[in-house]
Amino acid sequence: MDLTTFLSYCLTGISIGGIYALIAIGYTMVYGILRLINFAHGDIFMMAAYFMIFAMVDFMIPWYLSIVVVVIATVILGVVIEKVAYKPLRSAPRMSIMISAIGVSYLLQNTATYLFSALPKSYPSIDVLNKRITIGDVSTSLVTFITPIITIIAVILLLMLIKHTKVGMAMRAVSKDFETAQLMGIKINDIISITFVIGCFLAALGSILYFTPRPSVFPLSGSLPGLKCFIAAVFGGIGSIPGAVVGGFIIGLSETFIKAAGYSEFSDVFTFVLLVVVLMFRPTGLFGEKMAEKV
Amino acid sequence: MLKIENLHVYYGGIHALRGINMEVADGQIISLIGANGAGKSTTLKAIMSLVQKPEGHIEFDGTDISKMNTRDVVKQGIVLCPEGRRVFPDLTVDENLTMGAYLRKDKADVKKDRDWVYELFPRMKEREWQLAGTLSGGEQQMLAVGRALMARPKLLMLDEPSLGLAPLIIKDIFAIIKEINNAGVNVLLIEQNAKAALEISDFAYVMETGTITMSGSGRELLNDDRVRSAYLGE
Repeated sequence: MDLTTFLSYCLTGISIGGIYALIAIGYTMVYGILRLINFAHGDIFMMAAYFMIFAMVDFMIPWYLSIVVVVIATVILGVVIEKVAYKPLRSAPRMSIMISAIGVSYLLQNTATYLFSALPKSYPSIDVLNKRITIGDVSTSLVTFITPIITIIAVILLLMLIKHTKVGMAMRAVSKDFETAQLMGIKINDIISITFVIGCFLAALGSILYFTPRPSVFPLSGSLPGLKCFIAAVFGGIGSIPGAVVGGFIIGLSETFIKAAGYSEFSDVFTFVLLVVVLMFRPTGLFGEKMAEKV
Repeated sequence: MLKIENLHVYYGGIHALRGINMEVADGQIISLIGANGAGKSTTLKAIMSLVQKPEGHIEFDGTDISKMNTRDVVKQGIVLCPEGRRVFPDLTVDENLTMGAYLRKDKADVKKDRDWVYELFPRMKEREWQLAGTLSGGEQQMLAVGRALMARPKLLMLDEPSLGLAPLIIKDIFAIIKEINNAGVNVLLIEQNAKAALEISDFAYVMETGTITMSGSGRELLNDDRVRSAYLGE
């Protein structure tokens, strides 16, 4: 492998890793607040792709406005799911809300199949983003190049929000102690909604960046990327945002290099083996906090 | 200012509060003493609307607050400093205080109150940027009280502020409660340390298994034989 090829694989890996990171943040943030693994998150990502087809193909909205439409629609979808499927179960055992999440995941997949058929639909091409650019000897599409940049900007903004704003402090407070947070006058449900808004906003961004260089989308398009991002979040330490980002990049890069080495069919195997290994040897992940069981 | 009439609370099948009547008059320290499980904490939680469907009437400054949600109760000026301190461990001392003032918009006054809290607890000022989880038990209790004060409460309710603390620190805490009251904040205090509580109280209630069995001024109860044998260990 010469240097140019190597760099080009690096770029591809960082790019897909960035997308995984954006989605993994959604898993990790919801877990941080609700202790819920939102299994529907990957399907929200898939729905965002259909929203894009709607906006650009069916309504012929220009691409830059379509992006806005997709983001808004995805955020609304996520918040509605929270209100309908998770909020009524707030005081139920954790297993119930998790089963509800699995139910929502199947519901979205099957609704998509019903509405759009199981056949792949072609994803609209955003010409500006698919333009080829050349840096040195490495040639790539613009979207591959800007994905990691967008990811890093989004992560920095998010971390600043959480670190320095009152809402961010409230999110950290709620994630530790619902009751005491309520005693401060914080509305738990508002904070949970904000968490879903952020998670779905990033999933919508991720969806646009993921599908733009790909030809088509079908109702199960979200399930494998969703699982991988969940693994990225667990690998990084679920609940930790920097963890999710690092996990996303590591999985994206390893996957790309395994494919580059000619073992394409093993790239997913690697990801799942990674999950098993992490759960066996370091269940709290890279940046996860040690959780003492309350007795 | 606070008036509770015939308050009932059920936890599943358990009748935890069986018709509580009590009153907090303006400018006073009122304490609620009693054994474990008597329903003291439940009473405070019912005032804060943190228990499911309490029955009865709770009135604060002439407003019925029994049907309000927790946030609106806080807006009315009632703040609970919960049992076991419950500071936010991942937030710094300063951020914990900011959370205490979560609902307030008057930035200049919030700043003044922050300065006042740091004046009351100079140790907190020294540890301003430290994570609350790394503080000692006594410091966490001071932070919890400071955080509650940041809401500028009209009524401050303290649930077991002396629990698990060294005697010297308990003395400090009670001196500060007195000082807070002198600054014009009404205090409703729950304590297992009945002697210390009664000494600083203007009025006190004794609770047993969900009902109030006795009430009187702090001094009266300190001298009452039944209180002395049951709660003061004499």
